[in-house]
Parts: sequence; C-alpha cells; structure tokens
Amino acid sequence: MTEQTLHSKAFNQAIAEDVLIGSHCLVCGNISIPQRQICPNCHSDQVERIHTNGVGTLATFTVIYVPPTSMADAGYNAKNPYCVGIIALGEGPRISAQIVGLDLSDPSNIKIGMPLKQTFVIRGEGEAAKKFLAFEPA
Amino acid sequence: MAKKLSRGVAVVGVGMSKFGVFPEKASRDLFVEAFQELRQSVQKGFDPKDIEAFYMGNFTSDHFENQAHLAPIVASWVGISPVASTRIEDACASGGVALRQGVLAIASGEVDMVLVGGLEKMTDLPGAKVTDALALAADSLFEIPAGFTFPGFYAAMATAYIDQYKADPDALLRVGIKNHENGALNEKAQFNQTIKDVMIGKQRKAEHKGLPIPQWEDEMAFLKDPKSNPMIAWPLRLFDCSPVSDGAAAVLLVSEELAAKFTEEPIFIVGSGQASDGALAERASLSEVPAAAKASKHAYEMAGLTPDDIDFAEVHDCFTIAEIMATEDLGFFARGEGWKAAMDGRTARDGSHPINTSGGLKSKGHPVGASGVGQVVEVWKQMHGLAGERQLRGNLKHALTHNMGGTGQTCVVHIFEKRN
Repeated sequence: MTEQTLHSKAFNQAIAEDVLIGSHCLVCGNISIPQRQICPNCHSDQVERIHTNGVGTLATFTVIYVPPTSMADAGYNAKNPYCVGIIALGEGPRISAQIVGLDLSDPSNIKIGMPLKQTFVIRGEGEAAKKFLAFEPA
Repeated sequence: MAKKLSRGVAVVGVGMSKFGVFPEKASRDLFVEAFQELRQSVQKGFDPKDIEAFYMGNFTSDHFENQAHLAPIVASWVGISPVASTRIEDACASGGVALRQGVLAIASGEVDMVLVGGLEKMTDLPGAKVTDALALAADSLFEIPAGFTFPGFYAAMATAYIDQYKADPDALLRVGIKNHENGALNEKAQFNQTIKDVMIGKQRKAEHKGLPIPQWEDEMAFLKDPKSNPMIAWPLRLFDCSPVSDGAAAVLLVSEELAAKFTEEPIFIVGSGQASDGALAERASLSEVPAAAKASKHAYEMAGLTPDDIDFAEVHDCFTIAEIMATEDLGFFARGEGWKAAMDGRTARDGSHPINTSGGLKSKGHPVGASGVGQVVEVWKQMHGLAGERQLRGNLKHALTHNMGGTGQTCVVHIFEKRN
C-alpha cells in the first residue's frame, strides 16, 4: 500500500479537499474511519484507502458552553455555544465532529439517531483559517 | 484467568497533603507534606533509606509547572536519592498506574520496599490554559479538532447513558450532593462543605453586600438554577465537574513477609488490573467504560473475589456521570441500574455500596496525578477506623479503588484486604 495516503495526517489533508477518508482491509474486510496503516482487527497491512459517502446518524452529543482556547478563538462562548457529537457513519465506524445547523436553545430537542450528512466548516480567519470536518442534519 | 501476585504486597503507611489551591507551594512541597504524614502513619516506623524504588504519578508538570523529569527532583526533596525514581504518565490515571508499578515491582521479588507517590500542581495556570493542558489526554488529531473538551466527552457519555436507560438526569446532581456531604467531613478535602453550605454561603454573601438574597427551596433547586450552577457542557453543569486542584499523596508498600516489621495492621493489595482503550468514538457502547470493566475483572480474578465482597470503594468521579458508570463497570450494579442506585442513596455512607466516602474527586479535589494515590489514603483510614465522622460502620474487610485516565483510555483497579 502507498503509505503516504494512509498515514495519520492524511485524514486532515483529505478534509482540506472536502473528502472524508477511511481504510478497508483487503484480508478481513474491516473498515476504519479514520484510516489505519494496519487493520486493527486482523493486523494485516493489506489495507486500501477509501472515500466515505459522508452520511450517518447521531450517536451522542453535547453542547459546549465553556470552549477550549481553539474554539473560543473561533468565536464560541457561553452565549454562543456549539454542538459536538459522535456520528455513526453508514460504513459502520463512528467519528467525532462538530454538528452544525441545529437549534441549540434547548439541547433536549436534539435527538440521538437523527440522520446527518458531512459538511465542512472553516474556523479562524486569514492565514489561521483552517477547514474542519462537521456534520449537519440530512 | 488472572494469576495471583507471585509475592504478596502490603500497604504499611499512607499520607496526603490537603487538596486545594496553594499559590505559595510547588508540587514538591505538597509531596513533602504527604511524605511526612506517611512517616507518622507507619506504626513501628521505618528508615527512608530502606526505600528501594520510587514510582510517581504525575500528568503534566511540563505544562503546569514548566518542569519535566520531576521524579528525581521529588526523590531528592524527600531525601531518598539515589533511589531509582520514575515518573508515570497516564493522564488522570497516573497515580493508580504508579501504584500498580510499585505492586508489580515488589511482587517480582526485585525490591522489598517501594514508595508510591502522586502529585499535581494545577492552579498556577489560568483556567483556559488548564482546560487546554487537560485536553492533552485526548486524541489531538481526531478528537480535539471536533471541538471536544473533557467536560464535553463526559457530557456526551451522559447523553448516551440517559438516552439508553431513560435515566433521570437528577441522578447526576444526587452524586454531587452525596460526595459533598462526604467531603464536608474530610479535613483534607478542597471543598469540605455540603451543597447546602455552599447555598447558604451564597445567600450570606449577597446579604453582606446588600444585594437581593437569592432563594432556593432546597439543594436540588440550587443545582438546577443556571445562575448558581451554570451549564458547562450540556447536560453537565459546574457542580457535575471535579475542581482544578493542587495536591499530593504517598503510599509505602513492602513485601507481605516484611509487613509485620512495620505495623500490626497492614492492608494487603490482593488484586490489581489495568486496561486501555482507543478514542471514545471507537467504542461499541458510549454509556459504559470497557477498560474499567476489563481492569476490574482482572483484579477480581486475581483476588478471588466478586463485586459483592467489596465493602466500599473509591471511584474516579471526575464528573458525576463517571461515578454512575463506574458503579456499573465495576459490577456493583447491573447496567442501567447505577443511576437508580445514586437516586436511592445506595451509594451513600449508610447505603449498601458506599462510594467515595472521602468526598471523591468532586469534593476532595482532583490534582490529577495524585488522585489515584489519594484514593488509597481513604481505604487506609476507613479500614483503620481513622475516618472520623465519615467512618463506615461494621467490619471492613475488602475495598476497591478505580482510577481512570482520559475518557477511560486507561483504567486501573486495585483491591485491598484487611486480615485481622
């Protein structure tokens, strides 16, 4: 396999191109998202890079009112909280990402199991601007 | 099947500093306090020159105190150089893992006496920098970019737990009330006051300043008021979170056959287990911590005991939901029953399964590297009848400690036995 396409930083490099990648084990069929250089199920290195179709459901979530420095710098605070969740992807694995496009005024209205699709958000401005994976209601 | 330790290990002394905020002290100063208390606690005394190894839990003095390579410095400060001194870093489980390394070192036959320490000095950094330092325990490539914080991770687990078991979120608040009630009776606790004390304190403060006096019907109303208990990461509020703390703790271990030289009342470590896990998103269930269940299974097997044999436990309640999940992961309650046990008072001092009689991380404080070692101090106090007003009744024969790093990527469990 071509290592360059599977190393751990390849995921965020793909995000910059609006692609969510994973890996598929040619020996046991296991799918990993994010991608792995060796299959965590059978330890084979016969793994290929895959592009996911970017759809899934909400497995769990929280709404964060006290952000870390990176999210505070992106404009979030107690009055402007954000939702972060774990998404069960159609391919099977789960992934962590910000969830956008939701009404956060009463988080108890957000439902586990709701269908989601991938999107991408820019945080930071000017030279500090960077693209991140996010999900939104499908 | 877990093997028994090849040689028995006994705790013959313990000590801890007060946990809290100590701007004038460095972590080594707090450890000196813990060490001096430990020396007093060894019934027949011991010569520090007989210590053969020092394992020290510390998460990130690098960030909190701009100091790496801390173990030999601390060893020198308590006068035990040139003893082999090793810092253990497994996030908030550093202390419990240091204890396990001490146990394994003695069991191996290589050494007979080990000093185990834990220490952290967190409060010199501003709050936002502390949050960033703690976030180092998460996956920097795939979790932090999502926007997760540690309260956020545990909040997401709480959301999954409440959804899966249709649990009443009030159970979280009950854990906080109970742990503050216990901590109020612990002079070493950072917050040695009940939630009711906190509530009355706020009213008195308002009165003193000539402001309108806020009114709450009871502690639950106080904890549900977003002004007195603001949301941090829904559904977790401020009083669901353990505090930022400074503190240190120390434990002296010797081989079983030497224990009587130091005390008539040793506490034996009969079970030790540790397990790991990947990122939170990788787990099959988000409402439990598999590594805690695995570590405890190993420890129970080694000890030849079951959860029913445990008289009391100190568990890693970094957030209130963590205590509820731990009581299930450790087998005290069936899956989905932990929240009901918290509501019913089954985990209180007079309940069937007393949990965190010390006040837990929530009330005693959470100087992260010290927490796993501090838990042993409470086991010692309870088993020797030294816990004062929070002393449990009856003959306490077996106790368990559960220490967790990150979202449960590291879990370490120990089982203690009193034989006389």
